[in-house]
Amino acid sequence: MPAPAAGASASTAPADRRPARVLAVLGLVAALCVVGFLTVDARGAWDFVLPFRGVKVVALLLVAYAIAVSTVLFQTVTENRILTPSIMGFDALYVALQTGLVFAVGSARLAAVDPHLRFAVEVLLMVGLAGLLFRWLFTGARRSLHLLLLAGIVIGVLLRSVSSFLQRLIDPNEFAVLQDALFASFNAVDTELLGLAALLVAGASVVAWRERRAYDVLLLGHPTATVLGVDHARTVTRVLVVVAVLVSVSTALVGPVTFFGLLVAHLAYQLVGSHQHRHVLPAAALLAAITLIGGQAVLEHVLGLDTALSVVVELLGGLVLLTLLLREGRR
Amino acid sequence: MIQVSGAVKAYGDVRVVDGVDLALAPGGITSIIGPNGAGKSTLLSCVARLLDLDGGTVTVDGLDVHRTASDVLARRLSMLRQDNHLTARLTVRDLVAFGRYPWSKGRPTPDDDRLVAEALAFLELEPFAGRYLDELSGGQRQRAFVAMVLCQGTDYVLLDEPLNNLDLRHAVAMMRLLRRAADELGRTVVVVLHDVNVAAAYSDHVVAMRDGVVVHQGAPSTLMRTEVLAEIYDLELAVHHLDGRPVAVPAL
Repeated sequence: MPAPAAGASASTAPADRRPARVLAVLGLVAALCVVGFLTVDARGAWDFVLPFRGVKVVALLLVAYAIAVSTVLFQTVTENRILTPSIMGFDALYVALQTGLVFAVGSARLAAVDPHLRFAVEVLLMVGLAGLLFRWLFTGARRSLHLLLLAGIVIGVLLRSVSSFLQRLIDPNEFAVLQDALFASFNAVDTELLGLAALLVAGASVVAWRERRAYDVLLLGHPTATVLGVDHARTVTRVLVVVAVLVSVSTALVGPVTFFGLLVAHLAYQLVGSHQHRHVLPAAALLAAITLIGGQAVLEHVLGLDTALSVVVELLGGLVLLTLLLREGRR
Repeated sequence: MIQVSGAVKAYGDVRVVDGVDLALAPGGITSIIGPNGAGKSTLLSCVARLLDLDGGTVTVDGLDVHRTASDVLARRLSMLRQDNHLTARLTVRDLVAFGRYPWSKGRPTPDDDRLVAEALAFLELEPFAGRYLDELSGGQRQRAFVAMVLCQGTDYVLLDEPLNNLDLRHAVAMMRLLRRAADELGRTVVVVLHDVNVAAAYSDHVVAMRDGVVVHQGAPSTLMRTEVLAEIYDLELAVHHLDGRPVAVPAL
């Protein structure tokens, strides 16, 4: 074999093959986690256990996917690796929206509405409001990371305060209804909306996947992406819509989760060894599934604990955020 | 042909570009010089549609840059900016390959791969092709970005102060390279420069700006005169001829 050809293949092949290998390993581990979650410590008839746990696995998979993909896309279009939709107050917006709807319409009339229709309306409102609230922040002039972080914290605190204020104002009976919707967590997944949620996630994914190559270009920054012919404002708007849909789904199913997305997105950036979204997005989604389903399987079925997973995940994710901020500050 | 007509760009009450009319013929190197805050970089960004105009128009080959679809322009006009913020860690080859995006839309053909290899060779970047950008020196990094811009294969190449952060040796190498891009590759190069002597030595055409307007343009020989330079820089500069080349030297 001629030497130059061997040299060329040796220098390019490992970089080309690494993402595929990482994805294969992650896919395998994720599959093991799902099987583990379904079968470990199963007492009782399989035809009860499997559907019961199966619904939960599907919900957790959807949540893991939604959080991971929304975080990576959001970080790409905002040109940083610290801000996430939840840090910027996206899920606080969704909770405020649910609360506002109960406050304005009343739980009795809302209860009469088909929950699927209600969820669809909430998602639609969420997309519109997120567009209004965040589009001006991320299109146009590039703003400093610290200004954005501050804006996110202010928006988040404001929305949470509005929510809790409204929750105090409404009738206790109405609050009980609302609480039902807001108290979703990793242990108490709201599975009623699963079908519609899956449909929404699929739709958002198709939109995002078709533009994956344009997202790669956005990594070069807004001006360079424009020079290379990417319509920045349109791409950012579209991503914000996708992110709003995905955050609505995950918040409706398990409630707000603050630092989980940051954790899995950074694990994916480190592990996958490629900047391309066709590698990073699946890697982040698989890592999220592994963390969520594997962690839940261990905690719920092996250790027999009830509430710990969100605490563990948030602690780790919070540490990642602090590390990133400190590293950024030192530069 | 780059045609700027009555271009105005204002930030609040300050008109950074204040009614510029300019026609740049295809081919060769055009340098834009002038003191800090003259509006050189702003004008260049307006031409590259990175900034909207508050008045006037810019056309490239008859296409209004602010109305034409971005991906159409990306095949005619590229630009290198001063600061390039990257979100991801990229290798030199990855970066240069992005230059083909307007043509390949992220699906590189063998032709694209060949053009990337050529651009890497043209800038003598082959030894670093697999290295990450943050492992390179400032000069190598700058060359990688220039390789991307050339790899875009556009007729018009705009560069905003490409000599920033380069030492003398690399600055000279960069200017020779732009010369080759114009002469060998037939590109139309428009470059913002700080050093009048560099501009005079390497350009075919010089545009001098001050306070947002064009105060002088023409061949380098028409620029390198004490009274012309005094009008541009508000500074007494003696022009000497060394080895037949004009050199402007400030009084001590």
